[in-house]
Amino acid sequence: MPYKLVCGLEIHAELKTASKMFCSCKNDPFGAIKPNIYTCPVCLGMPGGLPVANKTAIEWTIKLGLALNCKINLFSKFDRKNYFYPDLPKGYQISQYDIPFCYDGYIETSEGRVGITRIHLEEDTAKLSHQDIDLDGDGKPDKATLIDFNRSSVPLVEVVTEPDIISANQAKEYGQKLRQIMRYLDVADCDMEKGGMRLEANISLRQEGKSELPNYKVECKNINSFKFLEAAINYEIERQTEILQNGEIPTQETRGYNANTGKTFSQRAKENAADYRYFPDPDLAPIEFSEAEVEIIRQSLPELPDQKAQRLMKEYGLNEASARNLVLNRKKAAFFEEVLQLSQKDNLDNQKLVNALLNKKIAFELSDKAAVVLKKFKAANTNDSVDDKELETAINQVLKNNQDAVEKYKAGKTAVIGFLIGQVMKELGKKADVNLVRQKISSQLD
Amino acid sequence: MKLNQLTLKESLDALEKKEVKLEEIYQDLDQAYEEQNHKLNIYLSKNEQALVQAKELSNKPLRGLPIAVKDNFCTRDLPTTASAKVLDGFRPQYESTVTKRIKENGGVVYGKTNMDAWAHGSSTETSDYGPTLNPRNPEHLPGGSSGGSAAAIAADLAIVSVGSETAGSIRQPAAWCGTVGFKPSYGRASRFGVAAMASSTDSPGPISKTVEDACILLNAFAGPDEKDGTSSREKAPDFTSFLDQSIKGMRVGVIYQDVAEIAQTNQKLLKELEILKELGAEVEITQAMDPHPAIGVYTVVQRAEVSSNLARYDGIRYGHDRSNFGDEGKRRIMLGTFSLTKGHADQYYSLAQKVRTLYLENYKELFKKYDVLVSPTSPSYAKKIGSSFNSAMFGELEDMLLEASSVAGLPGINVPFYRDDETNLYLGASFIAPMWEEGKIIKITDAFEKNTKWNSWRNR
Ligand SMILES: [Zn+2]
Repeated sequence: MPYKLVCGLEIHAELKTASKMFCSCKNDPFGAIKPNIYTCPVCLGMPGGLPVANKTAIEWTIKLGLALNCKINLFSKFDRKNYFYPDLPKGYQISQYDIPFCYDGYIETSEGRVGITRIHLEEDTAKLSHQDIDLDGDGKPDKATLIDFNRSSVPLVEVVTEPDIISANQAKEYGQKLRQIMRYLDVADCDMEKGGMRLEANISLRQEGKSELPNYKVECKNINSFKFLEAAINYEIERQTEILQNGEIPTQETRGYNANTGKTFSQRAKENAADYRYFPDPDLAPIEFSEAEVEIIRQSLPELPDQKAQRLMKEYGLNEASARNLVLNRKKAAFFEEVLQLSQKDNLDNQKLVNALLNKKIAFELSDKAAVVLKKFKAANTNDSVDDKELETAINQVLKNNQDAVEKYKAGKTAVIGFLIGQVMKELGKKADVNLVRQKISSQLD
Repeated sequence: MKLNQLTLKESLDALEKKEVKLEEIYQDLDQAYEEQNHKLNIYLSKNEQALVQAKELSNKPLRGLPIAVKDNFCTRDLPTTASAKVLDGFRPQYESTVTKRIKENGGVVYGKTNMDAWAHGSSTETSDYGPTLNPRNPEHLPGGSSGGSAAAIAADLAIVSVGSETAGSIRQPAAWCGTVGFKPSYGRASRFGVAAMASSTDSPGPISKTVEDACILLNAFAGPDEKDGTSSREKAPDFTSFLDQSIKGMRVGVIYQDVAEIAQTNQKLLKELEILKELGAEVEITQAMDPHPAIGVYTVVQRAEVSSNLARYDGIRYGHDRSNFGDEGKRRIMLGTFSLTKGHADQYYSLAQKVRTLYLENYKELFKKYDVLVSPTSPSYAKKIGSSFNSAMFGELEDMLLEASSVAGLPGINVPFYRDDETNLYLGASFIAPMWEEGKIIKITDAFEKNTKWNSWRNR
């Protein structure tokens, strides 16, 4: 392929603080039993409503930044992003313009490092729902838009990457890692179906070997799964390649992704960047942190997935694939580590133990007691003592009772031996060494 | 004398000594309201439950006394419009911190007073509900934007009142109506529940008959508020503790004596300030940074904030769309939007912020040498009804002498220092102090008021 992908991601995630970003309303838009129950003059944008910044949300943003290897702006501020939309009750969104809390970080992926340009904190908008409702009482439905302010002013972080992503697969891996880290930090649930995490990809192509950025950019929005993100990028690569091969330049525009067709579609052309008339929000004092305060937040970071995987490999001799698998989420990692710790005194094969659990050879739940799971594993992996005489009797009995199978075996269908082994175990009423049983049966039949 | 003519302090004392009853005060006040409000257009709405509420508060510090409140303060029991048709009929489901604290301290919101729509102006003539007339001389304007609150005091239609100032909106109408107006330091009183004009300078404050009254009322509502992120975290002092103090040795810098267009007013002020010397203060003419650029700074910053603050009235929720904005509101929205637009923001907004810093530095220097600074509040007497029309910068010019201190957030008090016998109109002086040092201007204005003949209540 003569063209290479140039892609950057903008990912929004709602923080799960107890209260909203700028007021004391409950932050639980998905748990609310009905619309507009978590509202107040501030998040409704009523006259005289004033924002007061949620300190926890700010600390969590910095925590996320530190986890993503970012630098932290010790002096930061909130700005107003001015635009009209029915989901924006103040006519502006409180966001951060030129001094985000975090900048210049990265996430490592299997296809290389993805640079993080910035992480800023802002407020979410209300949620619009377009419905047909009889408004004028004529018995016929009218087009109506309802506004639910439960989501208005929920804290929202935006993580923006450099255009470092070179494949759809890397985009997916980056997104999954970001989500994994946010969940490890316990700052966001990142429920994509509900909109707790939203993905936007800036996609363009350049000729192989070139290093400058392309002179156009296609923005794909409203993607609500990593699978769709991957599909959307792959579709765009195809679409844009064709346009470029025809000697044209893809239109600079915003596109949506249709999960049914697997295609992206044009939403609106973006001739020029909108002017949001940013200026510092005079209702909020600038935010200052000392190095020492940032250090305290750094100390509060939990062990992150990559570190944890490395440690599990080192401490328990696990291979990389299973270590990565174990750390997929914090709960799973904690469970496995408990089992592994407990197993040390038995001098078991750690890798074998982990494989048995990962391959579901041993049935268990993450809520099970480590000791119980370990006991199951040991039971399944130790053999009862069986003397030769006893074994011989059992084999003879089984071969006699299963003439069909014996015939099949002799006709070359040797796979049937598995069935015979099972029958021998049954006959014995004990667990014998499988290899030994196999060997004895075949020596009798061959 | 009618009981509505009492000062706040006199009313409190009389009630305590049981010389008068609350009912009697309300009776006289209601009567004055009936006679004058329809002529002067001071109140936009009146609390019909005032006396009922008052009786239940008689054991609290403010003893159920009636207080006039500017219509940009959200009040649960009365409409809140900020004199703008866009908010016509709006009844908030919440209470501003200032009025909430006043009620907790036993004050009763007697009614909501007229103002320039959205506080955009210095005349009360831009109100969508018609101008308020100056009670001292009804052919003249009361000033603004808190014109209704100042007029309520001048007409004795309230015992004390509440206004809000962005740049002159308390002190200038106080000067034109011959009353006291006290703008505390920015952040001293909570802005929560006050329909925002220019967030970075809006300050609620009292308008009153005496400096003492202003201190009593400010005590009731000043102080930290967790609902306002820009309010001070410092506990407010007892403002009345600065009353009746010696001003011996206080250093008073007289500024803007070199501003040509106010020469006559300056001359009169200088003469009246002699009394401070007699009381032991050092009074000296000094040079402050030219006030003219402050007009530009204030205009740019304020219009930018206005354009954004008024965006919430988008026609979706208050029943009236944006075509209901008056001319002044539209002008300000357009100018502010323009000044924040890409390519202009550096030229206007950022530059204005830089000049603001220069003023801050200038004040810092001046306050090394002086405890307080004083200048006329307004270039001259109250202007005639109608003069604000066709003058898009009317307010800015009238408030020219106050804008620099407003953008710096400094506290200021207006006290009357002259009355013209022919027109019955007043001139006011504005004393300012460093941030959080309201005590200094209380001391000096209290002494000035008590030792001159210009306060119409102390000299009736
Ligand atoms: Zn709220």
